[in-house]
Amino acid sequence: MKAKKQVTQEEYYRGIRMVPYDLIKELTIALVGVGLLALILGAALSSPDVPPVTIASWAQSDPVDFVTTATNELQGGTISAGYGNPYNTNGSGQSWGPIAPVQWFGTRIPVDSANSFVIQPLKDASFGNTDLGKALNQWSSASSDQQTTWLKAYSDALGKATVTDGKVTVADGQYGPLPVMLNNLLGIAQAGGLDGLLLVNGRFYQTDYTQALLFMGDGGYLAGLAQNANLTGSQWGMMNETGTYPGQSWLWLYTMWYQVFPFTSSDGFLGLNAGNADLGIIIVMTVLTVALALVPFIPVLRDIPRWVPIHRLIWKEYYSAGKRTP
Amino acid sequence: MAELTEVKPEMLEGSWTLRVRNTVDRVLPMDHLLPHRQPYYVGSWVYVFGVITIAALVWVVVSGVVLSFMGPQWWHASSLGRFFNSLHFWSVQLFFIFMVLHLWGQYFMAGWRAGRAATWMIGVVIFAASILTAFTGYLSQQNFDSQFIAINAKDAMNSAGIGAFFNVLNFGQMYGLHVMLLPITVTFLVVVHIVMVRARGVVKPIGAEGGKAS
Repeated sequence: MKAKKQVTQEEYYRGIRMVPYDLIKELTIALVGVGLLALILGAALSSPDVPPVTIASWAQSDPVDFVTTATNELQGGTISAGYGNPYNTNGSGQSWGPIAPVQWFGTRIPVDSANSFVIQPLKDASFGNTDLGKALNQWSSASSDQQTTWLKAYSDALGKATVTDGKVTVADGQYGPLPVMLNNLLGIAQAGGLDGLLLVNGRFYQTDYTQALLFMGDGGYLAGLAQNANLTGSQWGMMNETGTYPGQSWLWLYTMWYQVFPFTSSDGFLGLNAGNADLGIIIVMTVLTVALALVPFIPVLRDIPRWVPIHRLIWKEYYSAGKRTP
Repeated sequence: MAELTEVKPEMLEGSWTLRVRNTVDRVLPMDHLLPHRQPYYVGSWVYVFGVITIAALVWVVVSGVVLSFMGPQWWHASSLGRFFNSLHFWSVQLFFIFMVLHLWGQYFMAGWRAGRAATWMIGVVIFAASILTAFTGYLSQQNFDSQFIAINAKDAMNSAGIGAFFNVLNFGQMYGLHVMLLPITVTFLVVVHIVMVRARGVVKPIGAEGGKAS
């Protein structure tokens, strides 16, 4: 392969008419103009700031959903409980044929949903609470079969639960210590204690909301609010935001794949389907991004600008003059 | 007072400093870095998109510095803070609009011709890095949007194995990346991109070099 000699700018522009240009002036005008535009938009339209949902507001607004979610955590039936890596080993995660990146790095962020979200906070709160202490002892000393029976009965009963003075009431039945445990958890949550317990985890300074967000994600309350705000995945949610603000509109292509075949289909195509849509779409977008970067080397893609005469509009003066080297 | 004496040229042979300075002088003389003239076809309106993208980035950084200095809670409770957040928010929106226009403009101009492929490729990397920076910004807002974006996005990150190291539910990690590492990356790449543009100059119109767009 013959090495090309580097062409200097002077050689490259030889024969081309040069005109005066003031880069600093252009940049200054751009800074002032764009700054004014951003300032006007910011002052006139503000920015979105819907307050976050707390576990306290969830437990106060929808106590039945809160207690049902906590019961499901004990049953191991929530999203986080059966997630798999990086949180636990209870699920296999998404894969496409032999490609399963979720398995590559193991359980890097350990989360034991039943223990982290329900049992441990109750143990922390049982200090000085005799009834709760007894209920926890009864729970921990019961056999696994007995726990499962109580959970099944209580879970079924929650389908017809009522709320009185913020407390969840179910029909009489054989629930063991569960009503005491879960109403105590509800009370702690409604008072704001669970927000702190899930965040602090024995430390003082903390900035990691993994547990609190996973727990809220397991419930139906936050998802319902997101549905109302058009934020879920099937509503182009990855690029939307609350209100009428533009959101991350640059994610439109990524978000679009979630709305179309094969990622909306259970059968799918070539092994890509709704079940592994996240992985499939990440792979598609990675390929497309690499292709965009390599456009200069990809036949057809690199030739389209020559075929489509948009460049004739851009360099109108050059082409209308009908001269190549003015 | 002693006079400065000249260093003999043979004593400077092998000087790393001189070698770097000579390379910079050759590749990017000041006349190219801060040009006072351009080919006449650079007068097209499409060339504006690049400079206004840079201008928007400057406002993103300036407003972001104020927000990070005052701390992540400030803008939720202060009207001045809310204003700076809004300035940051709309600067980001403008930055992306201008950057996409710049990208499409360069595509239809086949801006990668005559040895400029690396400039195009770095531009695409800047686009991807900017998306990641904005994404961590949305996760750092500490509001309802942040919560649900985090819960929604974790599945995609985890499915790709990225979630094991890039935990979107960890505010501290996302905030640190958003205010420090990613802005430095984007700014550095933008500087490299500009230097590459200035070093080679803007490309000629399609057809001025024999008709190939590649």
